[in-house]
Amino acid sequence: MARKILLWVSLALMVISLYLVFVYVPTEKEMGIVQRIFYIMVPTGWLAMLSFTVVFLGSILYLVRRDNKWDILAHSSAELGIVFTTLALIVGPIWAKPIWGVWWDWGTPRLTSTLVLWFIYLAYFMVRSLATEESRGARFAAVVGIVGFVDIPIIALATTLWQGMHPPALIFQESGLAPSMLLTLIVSIAAFTALYFLLLLQRVSMKNAEIEIQSLQELGG
Amino acid sequence: MSFWRKVIAITEKDALSELRTREIIFSVLVFTLLVIVIFNFAFGTSQQVIVLVAPGSLWVTFAFAGILSLNRAFIPEKEQGCLEGLMACPISREAIYVGKILSSLLFMLIIEAIALPIFAVLFNLPMLSLPVIVITVLTTIGFVAVGTLFSAMAVNTKAREMVLPILFLPIVVPIIIAAVEASGLAIAGAPWSKFASWLQLILAFDVIFLVVSFLIFAFVIEE
Repeated sequence: MARKILLWVSLALMVISLYLVFVYVPTEKEMGIVQRIFYIMVPTGWLAMLSFTVVFLGSILYLVRRDNKWDILAHSSAELGIVFTTLALIVGPIWAKPIWGVWWDWGTPRLTSTLVLWFIYLAYFMVRSLATEESRGARFAAVVGIVGFVDIPIIALATTLWQGMHPPALIFQESGLAPSMLLTLIVSIAAFTALYFLLLLQRVSMKNAEIEIQSLQELGG
Repeated sequence: MSFWRKVIAITEKDALSELRTREIIFSVLVFTLLVIVIFNFAFGTSQQVIVLVAPGSLWVTFAFAGILSLNRAFIPEKEQGCLEGLMACPISREAIYVGKILSSLLFMLIIEAIALPIFAVLFNLPMLSLPVIVITVLTTIGFVAVGTLFSAMAVNTKAREMVLPILFLPIVVPIIIAAVEASGLAIAGAPWSKFASWLQLILAFDVIFLVVSFLIFAFVIEE
C-alpha cells in the first residue's frame, strides 16, 4: 500500500519538477541554460547523503539488535546511495565544464567530498563481498557504514579548509536564489526523495523475497 | 588485573614477538627508505620542486608504511591461532584493541623516528623541527586508531592485504590533507598559529575515531 502511494506521489512530483525545470523557471542570467542542471545535481547530492544516513542508522541498529531486517535496510540504502553518488559525480563535472572550463576542480569541497564518499560506499560493498561468511560480511559492512558516516563531516571540513588555499568557487549561493528557482529546487528535491523511498521499499521487499526463496530451496533440498 | 595492566601485557607480547621475528619494523623501514629514494628520482633534484612535493611525499610514504605495518598487526595472530587464545582469555575486547593500538603506534613511531631524519637529509629540508614531530605523532595516532580496527576486519576476508588500503585510505583522507598542509607550513617555517586549525582537525579526528573504534571493535572480532 505504502509503495503504491509512493509510486504515484513520486511520479506526480517528477512530472511537476520536469515542467518546473524546463518550462517554468527562468534561465539564469550569467550561467545560461546550463544552470538548469543545478536542479538535478542538488537532489542527487542530497540523496547521496540521505542514503548514507539511512545506512548509518541501519548499521547501528543491526549491530545492537542483531536483526537481519536492519542489515537489509542498510544494504539496500547503500545500493541506492552509490547509484545517486555516481550520478552526482557525473552531473557535477557536466555542470563544471561550461562554467569553469574544467571537468574537475579539486577546489570544490562538495565535489571532492562526494568523491571520497563514493569510495567509502565502494569499501562498504567490497568488505561485504570479500568476507569469509555472510553474517561476518554484514557485520563488517555495518562497521564501515558507521565509521564512514562519522567521517563525512570531517572530510567536508578538511576539504573546505583545503579549498581556502584555492580560488573560491561560486556555485552554491543559496541566499541569492530567486523564489521561482527555490520553488523548483524544493519540488525537485521532494520528487527525488519520494523516488528514493519508493526504490528503497522495493529493494527491501526484493531482498526479503530472495531470502524466503533461499530458505524454501534449502527446505526442499 | 586492571584494564591497563592487561593492555600493557598485550603490547608487551607484540613487542617481544617483534623483537624475535623482526617482521614489521625492519621491513617497513626498508620499504620507507626505498619510497623516499624513488620519490627523489621521480621529482628530480631541483630544490624548488622538492620544497613543493616534500610534504606530499612524506605523507604518501607514511600512509603506505602505515598500511604495510597495520596489515601485519593481525595476520600473525590469525595464522598461529593466537587471536582465539586472546579471545578465550578473561579480558575485554576493548583491552585487546587498546593493546594492539599501542603496539602498532610504537612500531610506527619507531619507523618514523628513523625515517624523518633521513627524509630531512635526502630532501635537504628542516624536517626535524618540533612542529613536524607533533604533526607526525598526532597523525600517526589517527592512522593507528582506524587502521587497527580495519586490520582486524581485513584479516577475516578472502583478499586480506588488499582490503585494508581500500577501507583505510578513504577514511583517513581528512587527516592526510591536514598533515600535508600543516607540515608544508611547518617546513616553510610558519608559526604555530598558522597551522593551528589543521592541528585541531587532526586532534579531533584522533579523539573521534579512538572513541568510535573503541566502541565497535568488539563487533569486529567476535566469532
